[in-house]
Amino acid sequence: MNRAVSMLPLVLAVLALPAAASAQEADGEEPVMDHGSMDHGEMDHPTMDHGSMDHSTMDHGAMDHSTMDHGEMDHSTMNHGEMDHSTMDHGSMDHSTMNHGEMDHSTMDHGEMDHSTMNHGEMDHSTMDHGAMPMGGTVAPSTATGPANAADAIWGTDAMAASRTALVHETSGMPVLWLQADRLEYQAKDGPDGYLWDVQGYYGGDLDKFWIKSEGEGAFGEGVEDAEIQALYSRAIGPWFDLQAGVRQDLTGPSRTHAVIGVQGVAPFMFEVDAAAFLSNKGDLTAKVEAELDQRVTQRVILQPRAEVSLSAQDIPELSVGAGIDAIEAGLRLRYHFTREFAPYIGVEQHWKLGKSADYARADGEATSSTAFVAGLRLWY
Amino acid sequence: MSDLLVSRRQLLEVGALGAGALALPAWARGADMHGAHIRKGFDEVSGHRIDLTVGEGIQMVQGRQGHAFAVNGSVPGPLVRLKEGQHVQLAVTNTLAEDTSIHWHGLLVPFQYDGVPGVSFPGIAPGQTFVADFTVRQSGTYWWHSHSNLQEQAGHYGPIVVEPAGPDPVQADRDYVLLLSEFTPLHPHTIMDKLKKGEGYFNYQQTSWTDDYPLDGADRRMWARMRMMATDILDVTGSTYTYLANGHGPEEGLEYAFNKGERVRLRVINGSAMSFFNIRIPGVKMWVVAADGQNVRPVEVDEFQIGTAETYDIVVEPTGEAHTIVAEAMDRSGMAVATLASRPGARAEVPALRDPPLLTMADMGMGGMDHGGMDHGSGGDMSGMDHGEMDHGSMNHGSMNHGSMDHGSMDMGATAGGAMDMSGHSMRDTSLLPDDVKVGPGIDMVAMNPVDRMGDPGIGLSDVGHRVLNYRDLVALKMNPDHRAPSREMEIHLTGNMERYMWSFDGKKFSAVSDEPIRFGFNERVRVKLVNDTMMAHPIHLHGHFFELVNGANAMYQPLKHTVIVQPGGSARFDLTANEPGDWAFHCHLLYHMHSGMFQIVSVDFPENGE
Repeated sequence: MNRAVSMLPLVLAVLALPAAASAQEADGEEPVMDHGSMDHGEMDHPTMDHGSMDHSTMDHGAMDHSTMDHGEMDHSTMNHGEMDHSTMDHGSMDHSTMNHGEMDHSTMDHGEMDHSTMNHGEMDHSTMDHGAMPMGGTVAPSTATGPANAADAIWGTDAMAASRTALVHETSGMPVLWLQADRLEYQAKDGPDGYLWDVQGYYGGDLDKFWIKSEGEGAFGEGVEDAEIQALYSRAIGPWFDLQAGVRQDLTGPSRTHAVIGVQGVAPFMFEVDAAAFLSNKGDLTAKVEAELDQRVTQRVILQPRAEVSLSAQDIPELSVGAGIDAIEAGLRLRYHFTREFAPYIGVEQHWKLGKSADYARADGEATSSTAFVAGLRLWY
Repeated sequence: MSDLLVSRRQLLEVGALGAGALALPAWARGADMHGAHIRKGFDEVSGHRIDLTVGEGIQMVQGRQGHAFAVNGSVPGPLVRLKEGQHVQLAVTNTLAEDTSIHWHGLLVPFQYDGVPGVSFPGIAPGQTFVADFTVRQSGTYWWHSHSNLQEQAGHYGPIVVEPAGPDPVQADRDYVLLLSEFTPLHPHTIMDKLKKGEGYFNYQQTSWTDDYPLDGADRRMWARMRMMATDILDVTGSTYTYLANGHGPEEGLEYAFNKGERVRLRVINGSAMSFFNIRIPGVKMWVVAADGQNVRPVEVDEFQIGTAETYDIVVEPTGEAHTIVAEAMDRSGMAVATLASRPGARAEVPALRDPPLLTMADMGMGGMDHGGMDHGSGGDMSGMDHGEMDHGSMNHGSMNHGSMDHGSMDMGATAGGAMDMSGHSMRDTSLLPDDVKVGPGIDMVAMNPVDRMGDPGIGLSDVGHRVLNYRDLVALKMNPDHRAPSREMEIHLTGNMERYMWSFDGKKFSAVSDEPIRFGFNERVRVKLVNDTMMAHPIHLHGHFFELVNGANAMYQPLKHTVIVQPGGSARFDLTANEPGDWAFHCHLLYHMHSGMFQIVSVDFPENGE
């Protein structure tokens, strides 16, 4: 790379030569030039005009530019227009240890340079001396294969084995146990007040996890109305989403066990999404999609809109569920992070039954929609 | 290889301390230090044989306390002072109930003494003494730290100063060490756990409805759509860390004495686990004279950023009664503070923390994509260039290398506003990755245009209004010995997933490649290009070697370093002469990134017999 970078300074150095060379000849010295320790610092060549120069028969053989210091040169506004460098011979130049540090070529004007007929074909670099640069001597890459084992020869394979295993374990992400109560809440609404839990947790590594979820709700004095638990295997299928599969057991109502398949993760715009389909041991197919979004009001005050849609592929009279959209929940919760792990909240939640499910509800003498004011805790470990 | 076959008995001395040890202090006897308070700051140890004893106890910082590891009873542990050319035996005794180790960060040692359990040696078991036995081949400022089980976070580190065999090109009246680190009452494994579970757990400077960040609605929606955080500057912050200067919190008054007119050398070591610091001494010009222990041509600056595990030596000539040395965490969530004091107790004003910075387009790997608002201000003035009528008809550019062009100081930060329209740009176009990068959930971003960012002063420092160091300023003081052109170039991608807190090289955690080290031939000259496909700055450290930054300096004067920061979404290159045979750790020096998988082994062939 530095060859290309140094070409320009090289040309500039050449231009400065004739005066120095003639001075040397006047002293009657050998025509081998030594510019060692020249200091061109702070040169200012503004508005130089090198137009129409003819360097056609220059011979710079045997030049030694070692230890030249071009630091802080300013070639601003130089004009090299119409230079003719054809048939220049740069043979035998020695540029070892040149220092071009801190040159400033800003505002140079190379307009109208014509390099079209330059012929570098006959440049002779054969006797260039790059000082200590051993350009040859390429060393081949290693052909060794297999695990690193240099330390085995010093300390013994047995002595190293345990520490190698420990290192792999320590430096690749150890398994994590996470438990979260996303919603543990009291619900004040028409009729008896209710309660709700929505908890989940996992144990596992970056890609594979065992996941457990449980949701349920009930009314004080009337017992648990609705409760379920899921056990899932979770596999990362992308940077932000896991594919989850397993079983769900309903803990209330008619006995139901479901096969579960779903995805959970973070969607664009930071929506936390959990969507799953359930196939029951009675052959009923249902689905549920949840999404929530944490909006930071301050660093510790979080406003969380939340929505949940329940779907069914068929009427399930036994469960008072109609085909299509069964129910929609929409909630808004405002929580305060005393710590990241401990955040109480208040909020409001609206619940609607739709379509055939609403018909079932009316037939049972229940409301098809309800509003609850909620207060609860969000916790995790 | 036979010369490396040393009897194990020569190197391991088990149970070295006998009855005579009763006269020693508690830490040296290996007595239980629970309840014992750990001293702040460090002693100095030197000589042919140096004993270091790893213990544990309670560290108190500004009213908070936590469990810590202490070497020779203090945090940081003792300053190991060596002389170039000397022979030394560094004897490390483990009084803990768990394994420990010491890595001599930056020292050129035979690989078996490099101190990485599982790579260079088996580790030091409880009760054992391990002796690293070598001749010192260099001079400069370095440090040591544990390479076991996150102990480095909890106090297991200290400085190393090696005096040159001949006269020191850096002449100063005072010579001080400033070792920066962190204190937290949290157990390191708790920090790891929180990072895994909650993105942004430690970040209390996130965007919100009430913040003051110069972001408009479109910017905020763009970041949200990417599922990234513009405020993700440091993973662990001042929300739990108290930043330490030689073990002292900012209110604990670390003082460096000077007399007016004296030249003071400060050897600044970033011995933290997870922090980058911006260093400045308001009112005082700093001359950077060495980087990672190796002398450079002096560079005058007002401020510089030091990545985790880097060292910089600076020289100052303070003139006031007192000057504050400010080491501000890169995310500006806290600072370490010390004072240059011309009399005991003299103090200067401590500046307030500056506003937290935001990530920019360049940090997203879009360097050079949007030139609408480019500011070439500090990157060279090209205003008068006129290439209009150049005729390059028959020029051959075949061998030109523009790799070292400097776009680093392009200022895209302030133009982030409406100009950032990411629609149509994929932030994760995995087709841009080379074949050897494993695409999977562990990669959440691919830098679209990872430009060389060697000229970048570091996150948050492109518009501070004064002169800030960048890697392009560094030029080696003496010529490098190996002037061969690299015979091959290899590319390594730094990859990660913030949400899952996964970090790796080439999309593969260490566990996936522990049997496939990066291999170099002995004395092979290789150019390594590091491409950062994440939005975090990673300080990448290669053990056992110095590499030359390809920073635009003359090839023979490329600065030597052991750790290089690769800026977010950008790239960095170094030339390496692989002439230290054996197996070496190669990793991100952010402790929890390494712990998550951003670690590899570099294996350098042994020379052929007779070579």
